[in-house]
Amino acid sequence: MENILSLLIWIPILGAIVVAFLPRDKDNLIRYTSAAVTGLQFIIAIVLWRKFDPSDGSMQFMERYEWIPSLNISYILGVDGLSLPMVLLTGMLFFIGVFVSWNIKKAVKGYFSLYLLLDAGVVGVFLSLDFFLFYIFWEVMLLPMYFLIGMWGGPQREYAAIKFFLYTLFGSVLMLIGILGLYFTCGKTFDILLIMERAPEALNGVLWWGMSAAKVIWVLVFIGFAIKVPVFPFHTWLPLAHVEAPTAISVLLAGILLKLGVYGIIRVNYGIMPNEVYWFAGGLAFLGLVNVIWGGLCALAQTDLKKLVAYSSINHMGYSLLGMAAVVAAGAMNGGDLKAAQAGLSGAVFQMFNHGTISAMLFILVGVVYERAHHRDIDGFGGLASKMPVYTGITALAFFAGLGLPGFSGFVSEAMCFIGAFPVFRTIVILSTIGILLNAAYFLWAFQRVFFGKLNEKYKDMEEINGLELFTVIPLAVITLFFGIYPGPYLDLIKATMDQIIEKVAFVATYASL
Amino acid sequence: MIESPMITFPLLILFLPLISFVILIFFGKKLPRQGDWVAVGSIVTTFILAVYLFVQMLTSYDANFSHGASLSWIDMGAFKIDLGILVDNLTIVMLLIVTLVSSCTHIFSLEYMKGDVRYNRYYAYLGLFTFSMNGIVLADNLISMYMSWELVGVSSYLLIGHWFEKDSAANASKKAFLTNRVGDIGFFIGIMLLYSAVGAFTFAPIFDSISGGEAIAGMTLTLAGLGIFMGAVGKSSQFPLHIWLPDAMEGPTPVSALMHAATMVAAGVYMCVRLFPIFTADALTVIAYIGAITAILAALTAITQNDIKKVLAYSTVSQLGFMVLAVGTGVYTAAFFHLLTHAMFKANLFYCSGSVIHSMHHALHEAHDHDTDPQDMRNMGGFREKMPITYYSMLISTLAIAGVPLFSGFLSKDAILAGTLAFAQQNPVHFLLPLLGFSAAAITAFYMFRLIFMTFHGKPNMKNIFKDIHESPKEMTGPIVLLGALSFFIFYTLPSNFNPIKDKGWFKDLIVPRNSAVPGSLTANEIAEYAHYAHYLAMGLSLFVAAAGILLAVLMYQRQSISSEKLSNKFGFLYHWSYNKFYFDENYNRYLYQPFLRLANSISWLDWEFYDKYFINGFGKLTKSFSKISGKFDYDGIDQGLVDGFGRVSSVSGNFLRNIQTGRLQNYLLFVVAGILVIIIAQAF
Repeated sequence: MENILSLLIWIPILGAIVVAFLPRDKDNLIRYTSAAVTGLQFIIAIVLWRKFDPSDGSMQFMERYEWIPSLNISYILGVDGLSLPMVLLTGMLFFIGVFVSWNIKKAVKGYFSLYLLLDAGVVGVFLSLDFFLFYIFWEVMLLPMYFLIGMWGGPQREYAAIKFFLYTLFGSVLMLIGILGLYFTCGKTFDILLIMERAPEALNGVLWWGMSAAKVIWVLVFIGFAIKVPVFPFHTWLPLAHVEAPTAISVLLAGILLKLGVYGIIRVNYGIMPNEVYWFAGGLAFLGLVNVIWGGLCALAQTDLKKLVAYSSINHMGYSLLGMAAVVAAGAMNGGDLKAAQAGLSGAVFQMFNHGTISAMLFILVGVVYERAHHRDIDGFGGLASKMPVYTGITALAFFAGLGLPGFSGFVSEAMCFIGAFPVFRTIVILSTIGILLNAAYFLWAFQRVFFGKLNEKYKDMEEINGLELFTVIPLAVITLFFGIYPGPYLDLIKATMDQIIEKVAFVATYASL
Repeated sequence: MIESPMITFPLLILFLPLISFVILIFFGKKLPRQGDWVAVGSIVTTFILAVYLFVQMLTSYDANFSHGASLSWIDMGAFKIDLGILVDNLTIVMLLIVTLVSSCTHIFSLEYMKGDVRYNRYYAYLGLFTFSMNGIVLADNLISMYMSWELVGVSSYLLIGHWFEKDSAANASKKAFLTNRVGDIGFFIGIMLLYSAVGAFTFAPIFDSISGGEAIAGMTLTLAGLGIFMGAVGKSSQFPLHIWLPDAMEGPTPVSALMHAATMVAAGVYMCVRLFPIFTADALTVIAYIGAITAILAALTAITQNDIKKVLAYSTVSQLGFMVLAVGTGVYTAAFFHLLTHAMFKANLFYCSGSVIHSMHHALHEAHDHDTDPQDMRNMGGFREKMPITYYSMLISTLAIAGVPLFSGFLSKDAILAGTLAFAQQNPVHFLLPLLGFSAAAITAFYMFRLIFMTFHGKPNMKNIFKDIHESPKEMTGPIVLLGALSFFIFYTLPSNFNPIKDKGWFKDLIVPRNSAVPGSLTANEIAEYAHYAHYLAMGLSLFVAAAGILLAVLMYQRQSISSEKLSNKFGFLYHWSYNKFYFDENYNRYLYQPFLRLANSISWLDWEFYDKYFINGFGKLTKSFSKISGKFDYDGIDQGLVDGFGRVSSVSGNFLRNIQTGRLQNYLLFVVAGILVIIIAQAF
């Protein structure tokens, strides 16, 4: 188990190759193989979690191999409290996603081998500690996604896919420039941990075109990640990609790929340039506010159920941004308010996990009704509650989780983001609380239009949600409820790592004020 | 006193209904009788436990009794949230109210909801409600109170929308939840203001910090208090968020009795009573005016309504206004007293109306009449002889709400009006508060007797169904008799400690007002003293207004010596304002909802049709034309091998679509990796 992290990455790659060599017409064999591969990966992720020491906030299970010594490129992997929950989420959602993809009929082999490649890319990004490796996985993730949307998607799939691709590529080019900037200023190394150590000093006072190099790098890298989150105004690829993508891909897109953005900002921007966090936090909080309100208002206006859920993602990630901005509360100039910093940062990290489970649930449920009715027009249903009580019940649960009802995990993380950001960004937080109302408005209004009222005669033979579909949703529902009632286990897992990040940001502030 | 039952019993009271909810949601359909016995059994058990606690409270006779227990919920080191329960006399009385009315509702519904399509769900939701309501009652901190607060909102949503096939019910449930959320936003902002200043969510340390005067004071504290009060404005249906409660009558009538009359809507008042120490004088003044305005507006609206449940709904809003007014003027134990008496007589009024509606339903069904509204009082009349139990019980509760001596409402309303009068005597600028209060009391007496006369007296208005009107079965009359009896004063003035020499009743002995934590506020003693001076005047006035209201109702609806039609014609516009509920819904719709939806639509249009289509795609077009030029440049043979960052973008956008069909994945991977290498090499050397 020494190379447990490599296993997490290479098992799906191996799986992708195996699937690629399976006979083309054996659809079920391909499906079961994919399920086995992702299942195995999930089990390894669980083993990793059980072996992980939550009291240690630094990197664990590190693997380090020389790769291209002439350029100081190495193969470095590691996991800490920030990445571990995301790895677990990835393992789970990719496993569930196989079953959500069960009814894919077209080119099953191609689909699943790309699917497994995507899996490897995502896990790779979460685990790599070398920028070169990080970037390769970032791109590896992009390509399968492009094809999965472009070939298995809805009517506008090609437009959606190219848009997704170009948007992300634009971001990754900027990110690459930022990475190269770090490479050259920090002594020609791609080692993220080494850069973390060196950067504050190495970047101190360096000017590029009259601008602080650290700030330039911050913005370049931030845009790369912001597109993934997505942060307004880089968000318009998301609704389109979601609407066109097949259900399982939407689930993964919202459930994990968006999280790479928040993960990247915390890992790279916060970890390497803690000083600039102070400079950017106000902007981050403001962008959070815009995401919350803009996403919420757009969601309210949608008539396509899937697009509504897509915009709700923009809205929900806004809370995460708010929470992230709260870290600066720990700085000396803000009175060293450790409580707020802890609440905010942990809230943000918790929120990305919770949004992962909740939005995954929402997309699966939208897929269920689309499968039967072949449309997603909110006004085109009506009265489904009297025909499909189980489906209605579980959708109600997902919607209530989405609107931040206490008892569900989303409430805990949203509340923590708000409480954390409040002392420093009072006005912004107060304005953002309007989001709580918007959440409730768009979810309940949509719920009423789809499920309440008289049953639409067209759907009097609509089938109830089936066993396979329930199997994909119930674990997510259970997790959402569990962490809503008892968030302790999750927060304990990330606590030490969060404290390290906060300490770093707070230390810089004390250091700067001396 | 025994230590442990004071913690374990409240916890059982809290969680038994939740267990019932879980069982019924998952297995309700499979259980015999759809599991109603699970719900009834669990709730009656909680009632028995609450009675035990209550008896303990009476016999131990300790006004300062307080117990608590908590556990760590979130512990991030510095940031901590402990969830706990607080058990004191206030809690115990409130638990008794909730479990009593909830038990009555469960039993009443056995008959009322018989044969309903979603019978098991109905009982499940009742369990969820009782759990969340008890959660509010037992909370010792703002977080668990807020959480239960929202859960109560959800159970209300689910129960109002129980008959969701009706659009009006679906609309009402959504409206209730959203209106409450507006209040909850304020509540949450208040919590954040307090927490960021005090660093605690638990009540006791918050009170301590406030009385210290350093952590939070002045305007911030006023705003924090008003923010938290906003939660109460939503839940207790105060002006300007009162619009949801009358619509909530779309839910089954026993639900209206339990939630939208006796307990849930009183949660806001309970919260104000519990958190009274944090309100500054300025905050209290605002609270008082909100209460007074609510009391008078709702009372004026109730006069002209013809739907029996709507009259009761507006009367609830108005009575809640009284309670809030009492909090605002400092006599907050009077508010709680009125909460207690009101819970009993208002729940009963709803049960009685339910009994009438049930009977009307039956009779209309027999007559094959499906168009007549069974809730419209103009279709009733003369039911007294057919439904004597319902009639007498309803009459008793009406006497109580009208504030007639010997009935419970007299005691509590009198305490409120005395407090209000005393407040105005101390602060003459606020003379409007008692004026509005006494006027609302007079109107209450009037519209309640109007209801009695229209429903039970006079001649039957629909003779064809009158023969089928009958008294309800004992599952329904049981609660009616019990709660009707509890409208008598005697139950509230019994001595505590079973000591007959005591001159005060148990309530006054055991629910003692405390000083505000805000430095410089009037002490509880001062407030009580001023109220004492105003007491006789207030009693005289309230007797007078009650008598005047009843008399007018007798003249108009019993003797019919004053024609109500002529009067409404004479005061046409007043009548229309009242009949149309002061046009709140229309104005909110025109000036809030519609503009808001338009805003959402235009933002969405801006996002999708403009920003994305023109701005973002504009970049794509720009790049495309750029890449054409660069392609030409390339083609002209400067250097075909050089791939820079820009070239990569354009080449990808240019060639990608063409290459999709080939699907040679390895090419792309190779391409990307090679691209990165080229860049690095180009930059490095």
